[in-house]
Amino acid sequence: MRKPLFAGAVFAVLAVFPSPSLLAGADSEEIRLLKQQLNSLKQDYEARIQALEKRIEATASTAQQAHSKAREASRQVATVAQAPQQEAGSNSFNPAISLILDGRSTDIDDSELSLPGFQLGGEAGLPEDGFATGHNELVMSANIDDKFYGTLTAAIVNHDGETEVELEEAYIETLGLGHGLTLKAGQFFSGIGYLNSIHDHAHDFADRPLVYEALMGGHLLETGVQARWVAPTDIYLTLGAEILSGSEYPSGDNGSNTEGYSFFAKTGGDIGDSSSWQLGASYYAADFDVREAGGHHHHGEEEGADNELLNGEVELFGVDFVYKWAPMGNPRQRNFKFQAEYFARDEEGDAEFVEGMNSAEARYDGEQSGFYAQAIYQFRPQWRIGARYDYLHADNDISDFVDGGIDLDEFLDESGLGDQGNPERYSIMLDYSPSHFSRIRLQYGRLDDGRDDSDHNDMLMLQYLMSLGSHGAHTF
Amino acid sequence: MKINRISKAIFRCVLLVSIMAASGVAHSALRIFACEPEWAALAEEIGGDRVKVFTATTPFQDAHHIEARPSLIAKVRRADMLICTGAELEVGWLPLLLRQSGNDAIQIGQPGYFLAAEVVDRLEVPERLDRSEGDIHAAGNPHVHLDPRRLLLIAQAFTERLTLVDPDNADWYRARTEDFGRRWQQAIHRWQAGSSQLQGESVVVYHTAFSYLLDWLGIKAVADLEPKPGLPPTTAHLAKVLATVKSSQPRAILVASFQDDKAAAWLADRSGLPVIRLPFTVGGDPAAKDLFGLFEITLSLLQGLQSSSRMHPAVPVGLSDSPRAVASPIRPVNSAQLHLRPQKTTGDLVSPFSSGRSGV
Repeated sequence: MRKPLFAGAVFAVLAVFPSPSLLAGADSEEIRLLKQQLNSLKQDYEARIQALEKRIEATASTAQQAHSKAREASRQVATVAQAPQQEAGSNSFNPAISLILDGRSTDIDDSELSLPGFQLGGEAGLPEDGFATGHNELVMSANIDDKFYGTLTAAIVNHDGETEVELEEAYIETLGLGHGLTLKAGQFFSGIGYLNSIHDHAHDFADRPLVYEALMGGHLLETGVQARWVAPTDIYLTLGAEILSGSEYPSGDNGSNTEGYSFFAKTGGDIGDSSSWQLGASYYAADFDVREAGGHHHHGEEEGADNELLNGEVELFGVDFVYKWAPMGNPRQRNFKFQAEYFARDEEGDAEFVEGMNSAEARYDGEQSGFYAQAIYQFRPQWRIGARYDYLHADNDISDFVDGGIDLDEFLDESGLGDQGNPERYSIMLDYSPSHFSRIRLQYGRLDDGRDDSDHNDMLMLQYLMSLGSHGAHTF
Repeated sequence: MKINRISKAIFRCVLLVSIMAASGVAHSALRIFACEPEWAALAEEIGGDRVKVFTATTPFQDAHHIEARPSLIAKVRRADMLICTGAELEVGWLPLLLRQSGNDAIQIGQPGYFLAAEVVDRLEVPERLDRSEGDIHAAGNPHVHLDPRRLLLIAQAFTERLTLVDPDNADWYRARTEDFGRRWQQAIHRWQAGSSQLQGESVVVYHTAFSYLLDWLGIKAVADLEPKPGLPPTTAHLAKVLATVKSSQPRAILVASFQDDKAAAWLADRSGLPVIRLPFTVGGDPAAKDLFGLFEITLSLLQGLQSSSRMHPAVPVGLSDSPRAVASPIRPVNSAQLHLRPQKTTGDLVSPFSSGRSGV
């Protein structure tokens, strides 16, 4: 813009002073006119320059302001921006390890569990009398990569003076397969029921409900694969199916080690901010060649008795319900939990009892069922009280009895298949948890096995449960 | 067998219902699962009506202590993205929700998995990790949202992530973030200017919930009602706090919307300190409708304390201004009671102090 203006001005000067001769003969009026034109040109030129200068100044000051604002912002932000401090030690990728310590002091009338009508197995039993350590569990878990999660739980237990390592769970699980699908493989607690897949240390009582002891040998711990699918709905709905070895109690040894399967469904939701619930249904079935009945032993009896169920099949059906309440959904101060589960087992097979040279055989078809209901109330931080009721019922059909030196009454008693009563148990507990990681529990239980001739079996237990290390989250 | 028939019938019904439910699902806006209300508010600021936000917790719940409830699994199952605090705040429930959900979009390492505390510098990173120190977080204090400067950084990082998850609406998100950032910067200037007189004050806190707010405002926490992070207050510990209150003369006891006020009331009763219940997060107070409202009500609650003390010119204004307050350890506590509890008459002034002693 400046250049044409300047050229114009030069041209004007040249035009004004063409030659002295012309100047001499020029009219004064013409000179005045030229001067006027020159002046107006000059004024116009100066005005434009001033305007330009103003604009440049304004731009510069805006830039200055913007710059100082940016500096201010970056200064503020710099003080809070992340300074990445990644620890690159060799243990960064170690799995999360946690250890559960469980110790008890128990005063119990009879530590042998015997329930009429139930051929016990698996881990079914009652706490030991006196001092004992329970299931001290070592848990390791981690995401294996972006596709798999893996975990192992080993229980280190003391059985009759011998230290044993029991493999509880060892499984892998897919991470984010998508579409709500998750696959699990390995040894795991089956997804049936509510408490079944929850480790003992996370239970609210020191011992498992009778219905779990009697029908599942404590837990249905199986090897196989599980598929779960969460429905894309507002209300929670998950469906699961498992193919299992079918060789664990309540089933037994079978030829292919793939004779078990199960289905389960869970649904649940919230009621306002304060309450939530979950309802589940499950089904399990398996076939077996031989099931060794354990659990049932009388003191002072000779060893070598065989109590077996041959060529059998077993089915289990259950419903479970959990309701939790906390004021405004904040369980810190007070909370309440109610849970109840019902299971029914239908099983049949050829029962055989052999003791030395004597034996007995019969065709057995039994239906057993039971439930428990419990309520836990945290009445102030760290303190909870709870009560539980257990009930069992057996309806066994024995036919085609063959006496091989053992009569029917003795057979029914020794095999555990005689169903003369309904066992029930009342339990209450009080526990104190100084932190998330420690719990001390006092529990009293009164078990009535239902036999006419037996007394109540009273139990008083003081238990500690401590969790060391990076303990993972617990399910609902 | 009888059981077999019943169970088969039940499973058939359940399957039918679930197929019907699944087919009825319509899906347009981006579904965001926010672990806490502050992140839900941020997601709404940035996403506008192109996102549908679900909040897992309310302002009256403690995000440390949430259960992986069935309803939450159902929400995570359908989320396209999640925004949570991280720094181990949700360690008791979020990993379980992720594993139960079977949703690939929001797993760790995916663009849809966003942890706010991980994009900013954190305070109180413990030098020693030992559970005898209480329920501490190895990654530092997770309650980062109460520093508006950090919140702005989080907003920017979240937006970048949002544009990866939903590139079709990237321009929309960026424009909204720019607008939010501009308004937020202005608000920070306004808040800082309006709260400069709070600098150098001290308070008693309940848990480390307000560390970032206090750090931003230059307020000092002289005592914590919790003996160790995450552990409930004990009488023995409160007695120590009371002694600290007497020697360092804080202005108030701060509690969050989700916290129980028994311990704070105990201390207030014996020390004469006022209890200020801060919203902590969006929705924690009726005025904290969004993030702007959260900071405005928080600052006005903190300033209400200042102005209430100025209403009584007969007593010394602001203990930190008075050199005599430092010289004499007893008098300032009484005078603090005087002007912080204006409803009390002078005759009552000695009793809370002495009853505090006998009550311990």
